Formats: sequence, structure tokens, C-alpha cells
Amino acid sequence: MSLLSLHRVTASYGASQALFGVDLEIAPGQAVAMMGRNGMGKTTTVHCICRMLPAQGTLVFDGHDLSRLPSHKAARLGIGLVPEGRRCFRDLTVSENLIAAARPGHWDAARVEALFPRLGERRRQRAASLSGGEQQMLAIGRALMTNPRLLILDEATEGLAPTVRREIWAAIAALKAESGMAMLVIDKSLKELRGACDRAVILERGRSVWSGAMADLSGEIGETYLGL
Amino acid sequence: MSRESWLNAALLLALVVVPGWALWADEPFTITLATRAVIFALAAVGLNIALGMGGLVSLGHAVFFGIGGYAMGILASHAQNYTALMEWPFVIEGTKSMPVIWLVAVAASSCAALVIGLLSLRTSGVYFIMITLAFGQMMYFFAISWPAYGGEDGLSIYVRNGFPGLNTLVPIQFYGICLVWLCIALLLYARLMRSPFGLALNAARQVPARVRAVGLDPRRLQLVALVISGGITGLAGALFADLNRFVSPSMLSWQMSGEIMVFVIIGGVARLFGPVAGAGFYVLLEHLLGGVSEFWQIFLGLFLLAVVLFGKGGLVGMIAGRRRDG
Repeated sequence: MSLLSLHRVTASYGASQALFGVDLEIAPGQAVAMMGRNGMGKTTTVHCICRMLPAQGTLVFDGHDLSRLPSHKAARLGIGLVPEGRRCFRDLTVSENLIAAARPGHWDAARVEALFPRLGERRRQRAASLSGGEQQMLAIGRALMTNPRLLILDEATEGLAPTVRREIWAAIAALKAESGMAMLVIDKSLKELRGACDRAVILERGRSVWSGAMADLSGEIGETYLGL
Repeated sequence: MSRESWLNAALLLALVVVPGWALWADEPFTITLATRAVIFALAAVGLNIALGMGGLVSLGHAVFFGIGGYAMGILASHAQNYTALMEWPFVIEGTKSMPVIWLVAVAASSCAALVIGLLSLRTSGVYFIMITLAFGQMMYFFAISWPAYGGEDGLSIYVRNGFPGLNTLVPIQFYGICLVWLCIALLLYARLMRSPFGLALNAARQVPARVRAVGLDPRRLQLVALVISGGITGLAGALFADLNRFVSPSMLSWQMSGEIMVFVIIGGVARLFGPVAGAGFYVLLEHLLGGVSEFWQIFLGLFLLAVVLFGKGGLVGMIAGRRRDG
């Protein structure tokens, strides 16, 4: 049985429709890459899953119908979002950012700091004063503190230096290997996604047009939909 | 210790030394002034939880202050007239016992905060301000037109209510009670500020959508903050009424709400000792300039203007610098 299941999901921003039918299945412990060019509906789909945007169609998480839940209840079910653009609580310190989000479970501040040693070093620093990469680590840490069963990473390495990217991909790989947490990963880098994810789904103009095992993602499909 | 900690310690010391000196120099009026400042500070610590931590600009905190005041007035007036507060379905007598009055004041003002919060937190920004103001005005006019408890003239109590083991009519002893409550409220504020609840509330002020994304409901956080805030301000109201042995609708007026907000803003919004500095400064200014001119609030206005324009951290911010490092 899948952990998250989206079937024929549609959504609009006011009068303009953004999603025309997205299907997505994530099994427990599975890492799925969501791909597609800019403006094809990746972040919109994430917003629908996290209930930040009203959606039509079937959205089921762990047997619960998401479509009627307010966004904080969806998060409580176990959907952890690392939003695009990081969005840490700027006026709080690193450790306060983590404490504010904490819910009981495997992940606590010590485990997050072990995953990202840099956060431990900057524990008392305000989030606004961190570098982009550190803020990204904090955003991931904050999502982990809610002890989610599905972690959604929306452009987690966008605009970061190559060394920082490597650190973050290493952390994602460690998460997958150690905790067996299900993940939905959005990123521009196909190479890294291939390494990190089991399956992939491709969005094109608000529709899911291809899904399958990462290994089956051929160069031809990549060329057609991703412009590779 | 940071500069702010030193300042806080100095303020706390002043709260002990000034009345101590007044006692030694036999200046009971100074003790009464200090009591007034401490009670105002307590009311403002209450507001600071909503305004400073939660970013809720409530222009209706006089409701809680006044409810606390009337809790004292109503209970004590029944006790001094030997009439029951309620005879059916069971008898409730009035009381002259402070602890009971406090309990009723806190419970009643928290309940009022819950109801007001449930309705007003559906909105935000200027609408929130207007709704809290509207509740304030409703309570004010209700109190004015309720003849059973004095209406416009208010309610007088002949003797200050009692506290076991103390003579509350001795100014310094009543001052001590108020100071202990202020310290408890400050401790609570400090604890809340560092608790997951306080941090999440702080975050909800900045980016509510992100708080939802970690599974917390900003509105519920704000509601809880408002209830705690209202309870503390209500307690201050009961003490204030006991200080004056008098309660009137003016405690419920919107000017009172404004004054409580002025204490917080002058002292420093979201600063632990901001309300103490603000209320102390206000009472001092009122006392010093009130003798010079009855239009002393012009000076207060100028000062408020300066604080808002130049020193956003209020008095505490001016002396101790910006909040936090980094």
C-alpha cells in the first residue's frame, strides 16, 4: 500500500489552472524524484500535498483523505516540507528554530546536529545570519524535527555552492539509508537524483506524463520532457 | 551577563530599593506610586505576551483589566453589604479574601480572552485591532449602564481586601504582594519566551505558513497567548482596584487599553523588562510633570513619538541595545 497517493489532481491559482491531472504514488521508505522543466507544476503539486493550495481529485496520505485537512493537520499526519527558498524563522536562533518545530520521535536536536555538524557550531546564531547553505540545512533539520514519514525537498540545492550541494546530497543519502524515510525530491540535477531516488515522475504542463523506476528513465524521455 | 541582564537587574533592584527608602524616610505616598507602577507593569507584562511574543495588537486589554477590577469590586461589595452574590440554584457569597478574588479575576478575564480571541483571531491586522477595540467599548458601555454595581459612578470598597498573615492596609505590605505577582509574571514570561510554545508563537508572527508546515496551528498558538495575556492583565486589574479601593468603568475605557499599550511600547515591545521600564517611566512622568501642568501628557506624547521614530526597542532597547546578537 502506498504512503502517499495522488490521483487525477487538479488545482488552480484563481482563474488560471496550474495542474490538469497529476498522479503520484509513493510507497513507505521510497524516494521519488519529481522532475520537469520550470513552470510545469512541481511546486504547485507540493503545495497541494501540503494543503497550502486547494486541490481537486484524490489525495490520500496513509489512509487519510488530505483534501479536507488544514495544512497544519496534514503536517501532523507526517508530511514534512523543506520549502523552496528555505524560509527559516529568521529571528530565532538555530536551536530555537529546531525546538519550535519539535515533535516527539526519532529525530531530535542532537540527531539533526549530528547530521549537519555546522548547525551544531552555529546553535546560538540567528537564522537570518546563516549562509544560504546553512539555512538550507536548518530548513531540512526543522522538517526532520517534526518526525515526518514523508519528507518533501523542494529545490533543496538550488543556488548553493558545489561543496555545500555535496554535503546536502550526502545528508539526503544518509537519511535514506538510515531512517528509511519516504522522500519526494525536486531538483534540477538529474545526476544527483539518479543517485538518490528509486523512482521518478515527470510533469509536463501540469500533468504527470511519465513515471517509473529511475533505471528506466531513458535518455530519450529525458530529451523529450526535460530538455536534456 | 549581557547589558540587558544588567539593566533588568537594576530595574529589579530599584523596585526593592525605592520603596525601601520610602519606608525608611516615611514617605508612604512614594510607596503608593511604586505600587501603581508595579501593577501597571503587571498589566503590561500581560499585554506583552500578546503584543510582543504574539504580535497581536490588542486595543482591548482594558476589558481584562476592568474585568479583574470588577471581579474585586463585585465580590467585595457583596461581602461588605452582607448580601449574597447569587442565591439560586446555589448560594454564592461575596468575599474579602484576596486569593479568592484573584482566582475569580484570572478565571473571568481568561474566559473573556478566550471568547474575544475565538472571534477576533479570525481576522488580523487592522481588523483585529478594531474588533478588540469594539469588545472594549461594549464592556465599557455595559458597565456604565449597569446600575447594580454603581454604573457610571463605579463601586467603592471601604476597606482593602485581606490576605492571610498580612495587613494589606499597610502600604509596604500591599506593595510586597504586587511585587511578588510581578516577579511571578516576569518569570512566566521568561519561561514562555524560551519554551517551544513561545518560539513557535514568535515564528507564527513572522511566517504563519511555515508554522503550519511544521504542524502547528498559528491561530491556536495566538489564542492560548491571548488567554494567558488576558489572565495576567485581569489579575493586575484586581490589584489596581484594591489599591484604589475603587473600581469604575474608566478601567474598561479604551484610553486604559491605550495606556497599557503605551507602557509596553515605551519600555520595549517583546523585551522581558520592557513593561516594567515603561510603566515605571510613565508613573514617574505622571508624578513629576503632573504637578507642573495638567497637560503633562503632551510630553509623554513627544517621548512616545521619539521612541517610535528613533528607538524601536523602547527604553530597554535604547539602553541595552538591539535584541540578541547576530
